[in-house]
Amino acid sequence: MNQIPEIIRTIPLEYYLFFSTALFAIGVIGVLTRRNAIIIFMCVELMLNAANILLTALSAYRGDTNGQVFVFFIMAVAAAEVCVGLAIIVMIYRNIRSTDVQLLNRLKW
Amino acid sequence: MQEIVMPFNNQAMALLCLLIPLLPLIGFIVNGLGNRKLAKGMVSLIGCGTVLASFLISVYLFVDFTANGSRAYTVDFYNWISVGNMQIGFSFLIDQLTLLMMLMVTGIGFLIHLYSAGYMSHDENFGKFFAFINLFMFSMLLLVMGSNYVMMFVGWEGVGLCSYLLIGFWNKNTNYNNAAKKAFVMNRIGDLGFLLAIFLIFITFGSVSYPQVFAEAARYTGGIDSTVMITITLLLFVGAMGKSAQIPLFTWLPDAMAGPTPVSALIHAATMVTAGIYMVIRSNVLYVLAPSTMEVIAIVGIATALLAATIGLAQNDIKKVLAYSTVSQLGYMFLALGVMAFDSSIFHVLTHAFFKALLFLGAGSVIHAMSNEQDIRFMGGLRKYLPITFLTFLIGTLAIAGIPPFAGFFSKDELLAHVWEHNKLMWGLGLLTSFMTSFYMFRLVFLTFFGTFRGTEAQKSHLHESPMSMTLPLIVLAILSTIGGFLGIPAVFGENMHVLQNYLAPIYGYAQVANAAAVAPLHIDHATEWMLMGISVAVAVVAIILAYVMYVSKKQVPAAEGTQLSPIHNLIYNKYYIDELYNAIIVRPLMWLSSVFHKVFDVTIVDGIVNGVGKFVMQSSRTLRFAQSGAIGFYILLMVVSIALILFLNFFIG
Repeated sequence: MNQIPEIIRTIPLEYYLFFSTALFAIGVIGVLTRRNAIIIFMCVELMLNAANILLTALSAYRGDTNGQVFVFFIMAVAAAEVCVGLAIIVMIYRNIRSTDVQLLNRLKW
Repeated sequence: MQEIVMPFNNQAMALLCLLIPLLPLIGFIVNGLGNRKLAKGMVSLIGCGTVLASFLISVYLFVDFTANGSRAYTVDFYNWISVGNMQIGFSFLIDQLTLLMMLMVTGIGFLIHLYSAGYMSHDENFGKFFAFINLFMFSMLLLVMGSNYVMMFVGWEGVGLCSYLLIGFWNKNTNYNNAAKKAFVMNRIGDLGFLLAIFLIFITFGSVSYPQVFAEAARYTGGIDSTVMITITLLLFVGAMGKSAQIPLFTWLPDAMAGPTPVSALIHAATMVTAGIYMVIRSNVLYVLAPSTMEVIAIVGIATALLAATIGLAQNDIKKVLAYSTVSQLGYMFLALGVMAFDSSIFHVLTHAFFKALLFLGAGSVIHAMSNEQDIRFMGGLRKYLPITFLTFLIGTLAIAGIPPFAGFFSKDELLAHVWEHNKLMWGLGLLTSFMTSFYMFRLVFLTFFGTFRGTEAQKSHLHESPMSMTLPLIVLAILSTIGGFLGIPAVFGENMHVLQNYLAPIYGYAQVANAAAVAPLHIDHATEWMLMGISVAVAVVAIILAYVMYVSKKQVPAAEGTQLSPIHNLIYNKYYIDELYNAIIVRPLMWLSSVFHKVFDVTIVDGIVNGVGKFVMQSSRTLRFAQSGAIGFYILLMVVSIALILFLNFFIG
């Protein structure tokens, strides 16, 4: 069971950092630019996974298992969140026959 | 010098002392809380019962006091205020003067409570009335029993509050409320003087408790008429001016007649208004050290007596006449104080309490029978319908006029004899006042009870003698007014017959040490005394005859409202326009100043700040609300930018 961290360590830490930053940026840009609620949701998942990758990589490099434990927490929470989120999107679709978030601008003064 | 006051360690007696003021307080709480719930019979039972119990305990205390060698003592309960080197105890001082006042307050108080049970029986706020009047008894007892100036001040304020509450008892009438406010504000002016005097007493003597202050004062080395003594006594006198309605603070008392008649009798004639005299006599040590103040008191007293008596000549409201007569008699008492005749003053307080309470209650009985008519122009011939009221009222009038052997004769005669010794001019003015008193009182009697009835038919058919609970106090007070004078039989009828003087002598113990000359007993030869007595009786009789000729033989009736009066008559009918004068020089400028402050300070500055805060919030939210566009993408962008900014700044600054 010692192999996995060693395998992770075959790739330099910087690469993980760049990769997860890129993934996070894609996620943010996606959330900001897309109008379809489902795609926004997917982009949020991208951001969560960017964080997961970083946690795993650093955990392996520092020899600290806490990071990996945290990843499981995030996955569990993300799964629950997807459930609630998708249910909300379904309700939105039923109400306005669309998943375009731009149409949901009635919550203002 | 022997120690005059000693502490007291008898637990049972201490409890009895405490019960005296406590019982009316319990009555106040029960009646106040049960105003609408308790039956009227129950309310009057509690109201009268507690005061009767206080009276009986006072009598017991008095008997015990005299049986045990008449030694003054203090009853300490607990340390009430303790700040630095100032210790103010909650304690009572029981001495001759206190006991006299206690007996007077509770005794007359009980009779008036009894009377009120009948007089107020038709009032819907019966319980409220008894609650207030019981609270008054509590405050008044605290005032006379307290063993230091602070406790006296508490009682002093308490009676002022009760006076305010009871003058404005029928609070649906704005005029009555204004009268109550006037009384309260005028008393407050006096109270300020009293309060300053207490501060000064503390600074000068390092204590406010009577035994310590008086012992210190007896050892006072500053000499007679030192500035500090004059200041203290004058300030105390300012307090007395307010409470006892002396010039210039007397105009509230006639207005105070707005209250129910028993209140006028109890508070505004017999007890509360004499608190000022009690205070001066209590502080007699301080006053004998300041003869200049005494001169001022005498002048104010005689001026008040004369002024009020002249106003009384032309009033047509039965209670107003009695009110001015009260002011005038209070002036007399201060005149007596001013000539250092403390005994005569307290003697007059006592007899005045008897006959003035009697007169007010009699007037109340008349008003009760007349269906709330108070104008003597519409009365007349009531002698036939109200025989008991008439007879008792007549006794009260004879007493106040100074006809022997009624109570007023003895006290007034003694008082005038002292004034004669002091200053002949003041005596002359006092005699003039006595003449006018006798005249306007008999004018009142003749117009009310003699001649023919001048009211409406409806009133005539309703005329009736008052119920037993009202006539009984009248009869008791009439007896007291008749025999009360024998407490102070002058020396011409027998040496050492003056019971009151002998009884009160110990309370001047410290004054003897401080300034023996001031409290020396009166030495007036018998021939002069007979002469003075003869003159004052003759003057009273002449006034009665004059009144009889004018109002019975010639059947004159005071002019109706709106008729042209002679200038002097008009002047006194309108009370010398003093109320108008006060309005013009004090009330009006004060109102003007207040309205200026209202406009400048209140509206622009205070309101400006408060409204400004509100306006600022409104304006800024009006602007900021555009940020809430409802576009989710925009919110998220802002969120991202902000987080990025925070991280960025954290990186460089942190």
